[in-house]
Amino acid sequence: MRHGLVLSGAADIDFMVHGILKYNFFGHEVWITTTHVCVLIVMLILIGFGIIARRTMLKATEVPGTFQNVVEFIVEALSNMVYGVMGKKNGSRFVNYIGTIFIFILFSNISGLFGLRNPTADYGVTLAMALITFTLIHFWQFKNNSVKDVYVGWCSPLPPWLPIWLPINLIGEIAVPISLSLRLFANVLSGLIMMALVYGLLGWVATLWPAALHVYFDLFSGAIQTYVFCMLTMTYISDQFGDKE
Amino acid sequence: MEFNENFILGCSAIGAGLAVIAGIGPGIGQGIAAGHAAAAVGRNPGAKSDVTTTMLLGQAVAETTGLYGLLIALLLLFVKPLV
Repeated sequence: MRHGLVLSGAADIDFMVHGILKYNFFGHEVWITTTHVCVLIVMLILIGFGIIARRTMLKATEVPGTFQNVVEFIVEALSNMVYGVMGKKNGSRFVNYIGTIFIFILFSNISGLFGLRNPTADYGVTLAMALITFTLIHFWQFKNNSVKDVYVGWCSPLPPWLPIWLPINLIGEIAVPISLSLRLFANVLSGLIMMALVYGLLGWVATLWPAALHVYFDLFSGAIQTYVFCMLTMTYISDQFGDKE
Repeated sequence: MEFNENFILGCSAIGAGLAVIAGIGPGIGQGIAAGHAAAAVGRNPGAKSDVTTTMLLGQAVAETTGLYGLLIALLLLFVKPLV
């Protein structure tokens, strides 16, 4: 079908999600895809890292060794970020979750360096994470405010007996997880497609110098998007707490 | 009226090209953000790291609209919803 790409001698341009295993789930055809495998690999690496880090920290020494130093640096950097945005009380409440998704998204984004297909280049993964954020936002919104306050907030520029702005504000609420997930997804996917095109179309010309592209698309862009995702999640959640600090 | 598949694919390619014109907006926006950040660093060099962080965050958010255009182009080219 893609005559142009096929004619230029590049049958191996490949950035799609592939199905690996098909099975029946209550009458539905469900596929185990490359995304599942890559998420599993990333998870196993992170779990292994966590277990080793725990072992090391159990017999932590006063003068830290190399690995202990790395672990302490990661934890300190993540807590500084979360506490800086969310404040003391909320920070301690959410530092575990934010740290987890930060490390997971970061590893997923840079896993392209190790030949995996980035798990975050599948909309299912990013949408799931954005829906968790959405749930957290509205859970804390309804926990901290009465239903009447929320309703008044949704009618906000006009008085609550004139709900003309209500549908517009509701669309704004629904747009939050969609834009959050699409931003991460499209960034990673565009990097993936560009790397696939470089490797697929250029053949032997693409030796050595695509490393610079990897640095930009995988490391720089991936790190920035990870930071943005976590930052926006934190701001949205701490918005729901108002000035109750 | 019935169109054949190649015609629809060609029109999809044109549509994909038009969709990535959406990249103009974020380009201008990111440039403005970077310019103001440079001015801010010039006024207050001590706040360089804070300004850089804020600028990158704002630019990444501004990029979203351009990425929507990119997504439409990718959908037209590879998912081919119109065929």
